[in-house]
Amino acid sequence: METGSPRDTGPAGTDGAAPAARPATTKDEPAWIALPPGLLRMRRLLLVVWLGLLTLATALVPGLLAGPGWAAFAALPLAVLLWGWVMLERNWRSWRYAERADDLLISRGVLWRQETVVPYGRMQLVEVTSGPAERYFGLASVQLHTAAAATDATIPGLHPAEAERLRDRLTELGEARSAGL
Amino acid sequence: MTAPDVHEDVRDRLPVTERRLHPVTPFRRAWAPVAVLFGWALHDPDQAQRHLTRLTTTTLLLGLAVLVPAAALYGFLSWWFTRFAVTGTELRIRTGLLFRRTAHIRLERIQAIDVTQPLLARVAGVAKLRLDVIGTDKKDELAFLGAGEARALRAELLARAAGFAPETAHEVGEAPAREMLRVPPGVLAVSLLLTGATWGWLVVAAVALPLLWTVTHSLWTLLAAAVPMLGAAGASSVGRFVAEYDWTLGESPDGLRIDHGLLDRAHETVPPGRVQTVRIVEPLLWRRRGWVRVELDVAGSSNSLLLPVAPRDLAESVVARVLPGVSVPPREALLPPPRRARWCVPVWWRGYGLAVTDAVFAAHQGLLRRSLSLVPHAKVQSVRLVQGPWQRARGVADVVVDTGADKSVTAHLRDAAAAAALLRSQAERSRTGRRDARPDRWMS
Repeated sequence: METGSPRDTGPAGTDGAAPAARPATTKDEPAWIALPPGLLRMRRLLLVVWLGLLTLATALVPGLLAGPGWAAFAALPLAVLLWGWVMLERNWRSWRYAERADDLLISRGVLWRQETVVPYGRMQLVEVTSGPAERYFGLASVQLHTAAAATDATIPGLHPAEAERLRDRLTELGEARSAGL
Repeated sequence: MTAPDVHEDVRDRLPVTERRLHPVTPFRRAWAPVAVLFGWALHDPDQAQRHLTRLTTTTLLLGLAVLVPAAALYGFLSWWFTRFAVTGTELRIRTGLLFRRTAHIRLERIQAIDVTQPLLARVAGVAKLRLDVIGTDKKDELAFLGAGEARALRAELLARAAGFAPETAHEVGEAPAREMLRVPPGVLAVSLLLTGATWGWLVVAAVALPLLWTVTHSLWTLLAAAVPMLGAAGASSVGRFVAEYDWTLGESPDGLRIDHGLLDRAHETVPPGRVQTVRIVEPLLWRRRGWVRVELDVAGSSNSLLLPVAPRDLAESVVARVLPGVSVPPREALLPPPRRARWCVPVWWRGYGLAVTDAVFAAHQGLLRRSLSLVPHAKVQSVRLVQGPWQRARGVADVVVDTGADKSVTAHLRDAAAAAALLRSQAERSRTGRRDARPDRWMS
C-alpha cells in the first residue's frame, strides 16, 4: 500500500464551484472536489415552492378575512425564504470530498463543521440512492457504510455518472484493502 | 470478503449430522401460562376469587384435558423441528413449525461465545449456548443443551473458528485456561457499597417517601412510589452482587474467558483480537482504595464488563493482556485541552485528556467519575472531526473515532490545528495498525 499522495481530481472536479476558502492545514492538502450546482438548484427550487406557497397563504387568508393590514404576516415566511436562499448556498459550498490514496475524506457544515475520514479497507457497503426529486434534477447520493453505525459518510447531489464512478471505484478499492472488523 | 475456497465448498456439501436440543427444552416455557394466570389473579383479586368459586371439578378437568395436551404438543413439535449442525465453516440452526427459519452463522466471524446457565437450568443440568456474530439476536441461541454437551460444542466451535481442520476439530478439546484474576466476594461487596447509585436511590427514597406520606396519607401511593425506588437501589447493589459474584477472568489460547454469577452462571469466551474498546472507569468513592472497573466492547455481544472491581495496577496488567501491545498511558501522559477551552465547557473541561501512542487512542473524561477509553488503532472504522460554532470561536474541536462495536470514543476540545492533524494521522494509523493484527482464524 502506498501512502497519501493526493490523487488527481476526478471528472466532476471541473463543473463544481470552487470550494469555500479555508486555511490550509497541512502541506499535502488533498484535491477537494465540490458538489455540482444541481443540488443547490434543487434545494432552492423546493424552498421557493414551499415557502412561496406559505407566503401566499399567510398573505391571502388574514388579508381577506381580517383586513389588508393583516397581510403583513406574509413578511415572516418571505424573510425565511430570503435567509434560506443565502443559507442553502453556504451549506452547499461547504460540502466537498476528496479521494486520497487510502481513504475518502468528506467535509461539510457551516456552523457545525464535520470532517469524516473513512479508510477504504473499512467500507462494508457503498450505496447509491436517488429520490424522486433528486431523479428529476439528475442527482444521486453516495453513502458509505462501515461496521460502525456512527460512521456518517454521505455525499449528496452528485451526477449519477459520477456517483456510479465513485461507487465502482470505492468498491474496487475496498475489495483490494479489505480489513473488516 | 473472504470467500470460501473451492476445497471448503466441496467439504460443505458432504452430509452434515443434524442434532437436536436437550429434551428438557419444551419445558422451558411451561411456567409462562402459570405466570399469566398468576398475574391476572394478582391484578384483580376479587374477580379471580369469584371465578375460582364458580369453577367446578368437571370444568377444571375439561380445561386441563384440552390445555395440557395442546401445550405439550406445541412444546414437543417446536423441539422436534429445531435442529442444529456444525459444518466446516458454519453453525446452522433450523427452527420453526409454521414459519421456518434457517440461520447460517459463519464461524470465522465469531466475536464471542457465551454459555449461560440460569438457576433452574443448573438444577436440570442444562445450559444455553450463544454465538455472538454481528446481527445475531436471542433467536440464534441454542437453548438448551446438556451442560457437558454445551462445553464440548463450544470447544469444537472455537477449534473450527481458530482454523483447525474439521476432521480434528472435535478431538482438539477444550483449550487449557489459566486463571488470571478472581474477584473476592468481600471486595465486590465493599465496592458496591461505595457505588453512588444505590445511595442515591436510598436518599431519594428517604426524602420523597415521608414527603409523599404527609401529602397523601395513602398507603397505596406510598407503595407505588417505594417499590420502584427500592427496586432500583436493590438492582444496583444486590442485583449486581448476584450477577458479578465470583468473577473469574481466565486466559487460554482461545482467548479470554469470563465466568461469573451466583445463581445464574455465565461463561463467556472472547477469541483473540475481538475486543474493540476497553474503558477503565474509576468512580469517585473508589479512588481512595485505588480500585477501578474495566469495561469492554465486543461487536455483537451483550456483555460489556471485563472486571467489576480490581486494583488499578492489576487491571492495567489485564488490559495489556486483552489488548496485546497496549500499555495504559499514565495520567501524566494525557494532554489536557488548551486553557481557552474552559469557555466551552466550564470546570469540566479539566477532566478531558488525550494520549495517542503507537498502539492505542486513549481519551479521558470526567472529573469525579474518571473514565479512560482505549481504542487500538486497528479497530478504528472511521475518524471524524466535529466543530460547533462556539468551539470554532475558541479554536478547539472534537475528534471522534468510531469502532465496530457501535461505540464512538470522543477526544473533547482539542486545539483546532492539532485536531486537524490528528484526524489525518489517526486515519493513517487506523489503516496501518491492521497490518500486524492476528488473522480472524487465530490459530492459522
